[in-house]
Amino acid sequence: MRHILSILLENEPGALSRVVGLFSARGYNIDSLSVATTEDTTMSRMTIVTHGSDDIIEQITKQLNKLIEVVKVVDITEGNHIERELMLVKVRASGKDRDEMKRMADIFRGRILDVTDKSYTIELTGNSDKLDAFIAAIEPGTILETVRTGASGIGRGERILKI
Amino acid sequence: MSQTITGAEIVVRCLAEEKVDFVFGYPGGAVLNIYDEIFKQDKFKHVLVRHEQAAVHAADAYSRSSQRIGVCLVTSGPGVTNAVTGIATAYMDSIPMVILSGQVPTAYIGQDAFQECDTVGITRPCVKHNFLVKDVRDLASTIKKAFYIASTGRPGPVLVDIPKDVTINSCKFEYPETISMRSYNPAGKGHSGQIKKAVQLLLDAKRPMIYTGGGVVLNDAAPQLTKLVRLLGAPVTNTLMGLGGYPATDPQYLGMPGMHGTFEANQAMQDCDVLLAVGARFDDRVIGNPGHFFREGRKIIHIDIDPSSISKRVKVDVPIVGYVRDVLDEMIAQVQATDKRPDAAALKAWWTRIKEWQSRNCLKYKASDELIKPQFVVEKLYEITGGDAIVTSDVGQHQMWAAQYYKFDKPRRWINSGGLGTMGVGLPYAMGVQLANPDATVACITGEASIQMCIQELSTCKQYHIPVKIINLNNRYLGMVRQWQEFFYGNRHAESYMNALPDFVKLAEAYGHHGIKVEKPGDVEGALREAFKHKEKLYFLDFITDQTENVFPMVPGGKGLTEMILAEDL
Ligand SMILES: Cc1cc2nc3c(=O)[nH]c(=O)nc-3n(C[C@H](O)[C@H](O)[C@H](O)COP(=O)(O)OP(=O)(O)OC[C@H]3O[C@@H](n4cnc5c(N)ncnc54)[C@H](O)[C@@H]3O)c2cc1C
Ligand SMILES: Cc1ncc(C[n+]2csc(CCOP(=O)(O)OP(=O)(O)O)c2C)c(N)n1
Ligand SMILES: [Mg+2]
Repeated sequence: MRHILSILLENEPGALSRVVGLFSARGYNIDSLSVATTEDTTMSRMTIVTHGSDDIIEQITKQLNKLIEVVKVVDITEGNHIERELMLVKVRASGKDRDEMKRMADIFRGRILDVTDKSYTIELTGNSDKLDAFIAAIEPGTILETVRTGASGIGRGERILKI
Repeated sequence: MSQTITGAEIVVRCLAEEKVDFVFGYPGGAVLNIYDEIFKQDKFKHVLVRHEQAAVHAADAYSRSSQRIGVCLVTSGPGVTNAVTGIATAYMDSIPMVILSGQVPTAYIGQDAFQECDTVGITRPCVKHNFLVKDVRDLASTIKKAFYIASTGRPGPVLVDIPKDVTINSCKFEYPETISMRSYNPAGKGHSGQIKKAVQLLLDAKRPMIYTGGGVVLNDAAPQLTKLVRLLGAPVTNTLMGLGGYPATDPQYLGMPGMHGTFEANQAMQDCDVLLAVGARFDDRVIGNPGHFFREGRKIIHIDIDPSSISKRVKVDVPIVGYVRDVLDEMIAQVQATDKRPDAAALKAWWTRIKEWQSRNCLKYKASDELIKPQFVVEKLYEITGGDAIVTSDVGQHQMWAAQYYKFDKPRRWINSGGLGTMGVGLPYAMGVQLANPDATVACITGEASIQMCIQELSTCKQYHIPVKIINLNNRYLGMVRQWQEFFYGNRHAESYMNALPDFVKLAEAYGHHGIKVEKPGDVEGALREAFKHKEKLYFLDFITDQTENVFPMVPGGKGLTEMILAEDL
């Protein structure tokens, strides 16, 4: 099962490597990871997308909580939540592909950020499935380059992760 | 105007504030300022080891054998890398200690400077936490945090890496009285509702079993454990790390569980209907194959301060997160508050079965008039020290025989490396123990291979007059390896034979100590008596033992607990 873990941690040098080191040392998976400081600059928020059985996810959560710099860990997939990821994709856009590519970007509510006579650079946001779907929908040969941020997530409504 | 002092002085002042009485260490460029301050002070003694690994082991054993925190000090680069084995050893057994390491000056970090290594990176996976102090103004509070983190919650080693310029720079010295960290709040007393459930289960049990580990020793909860076990009338077993948590000579004690545990302890672990685990972590050496260990209907209660120890290897029915001592106190109070009593008839039937298992006498070995049996040496040691020694051990067959045949009635008397299984700990452990317990009788049970991994510490023992007694069970083999080769590798002894052994007696003498070589069973007792008569001297007793002896019972790797090989089966 896929899980999204939201982690509040001290914004200190080395804190990130403790988290990453934990995953590699114990053989857990990181599907994606994104991290930045929060409105309180002494604290960072990290989103890790991982997968594993319930037992493994329970151990991951416990092990994360054990790290001295980790303040809080929540598995946001346990309840209603919103998930977004940003992707920038540079595609070949010449000849008859050019119109088709514009149309696909529109269908996926993408924005074209940069244009040359041979290419488009498209910005897409959505949950990770949607970004995967876009990649699957366009002709593979047209993709020149992609970059994704990894998912970040937040609980819906009153579900708040704060200290 | 308040006075400022240098970082090096701050280090020394902090250690004094923590009432440290020994620092085990080895100097080098990055820590010279600290050493200069150590030279000028008289609050604590510094013990100069002969290898940094031994400094960490000695500080670790200082912790294990007392209720205080061991401290060691090493220089940057090779000083730290030499210390890593010691740190990992302490980490695996959850031992509270503080390691101070020198680092190249902050401006040089990352430039492949002389004796630079990424200490925080190298040690990260084997410490509870570590710090790099970049500003002298953070030094005192960081050292305070290190002691606090090391000793609270699930204990463990904490390392503070101190660049050389930080030891030179000055600031005002203020040692914080208390520490509060928003990201670190170890759990407290344990959930009352869960404790109640546990007590109910135990009082309803027909075949209760109590399995306790290092957590009881670390938390000094032996009196509470003993009281609860007696109230419940249940059998009890202590892991290798938990020996002495319950008196080994008590009739309710079944011996150690696990790979080299007793027949009765393993059978009872498997066949009980309620298992209470106290500060023990269901290690693979204890439960064998987890699939085989699982029993339909058996209820498991698990008390541990570390939530990640619970349901890690074995699914638990009643988890209780809290300090062992507090939880046991409350369990005792609850048992005493209810009218309900354990089911006497069921207990009687349970004990009848246990006595049958005990009658197999699984620790019996063939005595010999010709060859010295290693078990016999440990039994004699027990007799001659009145069971009152603090025993350290190395790793191998001799470690198992020590655990099986020396009966520990009190905690903190059995000092060994269980989790990492580090050969070489025995002698430095004995040093740390003796310094923490100057009046105690200290014996180091070792093998001819293990002892050579830190033999240089005989020199430290000479310098500081550390009169430990070394009991070398010399089988001229990496015995534990040879045993596995005999059982599982067609008896092919690939590199498990030690030829070209030194003359240990001469070696001990070369270091300024005394040695006796013992080759006949009839001489064992005399040699032991001679050695222990000399309270102020280090004796190296080299017992030439039966080379073919194996450790029994044995649960082969991957097998279930009740699939033991007993000596009588062969
Ligand atoms: C050659 C060899 C053979 C071995 N054979 C055996 C064997 O046959 N039998 C055996 O038992 N072991 C054996 N071991 C040791 C084994 O590898 C483990 O080290 C040992 O079993 C672990 O002991 P433990 O479960 O008590 O856990 P420990 O490692 O002592 O862990 C302590 C547990 O208590 C918890 N804890 C700590 N403090 C507190 C507190 N204040 N309150 C609550 N909880 C706390 C910790 O979180 C942890 O979960 C062998 C080792 C070697 C090297
Ligand atoms: C540092 C280290 N290296 C290797 C091992 C693997 N090992 C475990 S026991 C053992 C043999 C120990 O021999 P000895 O000290 O003579 O003890 P014996 O088993 O013969 O009693 C070895 C090599 C280990 N535990 N530690
Ligand atoms: Mg040997």
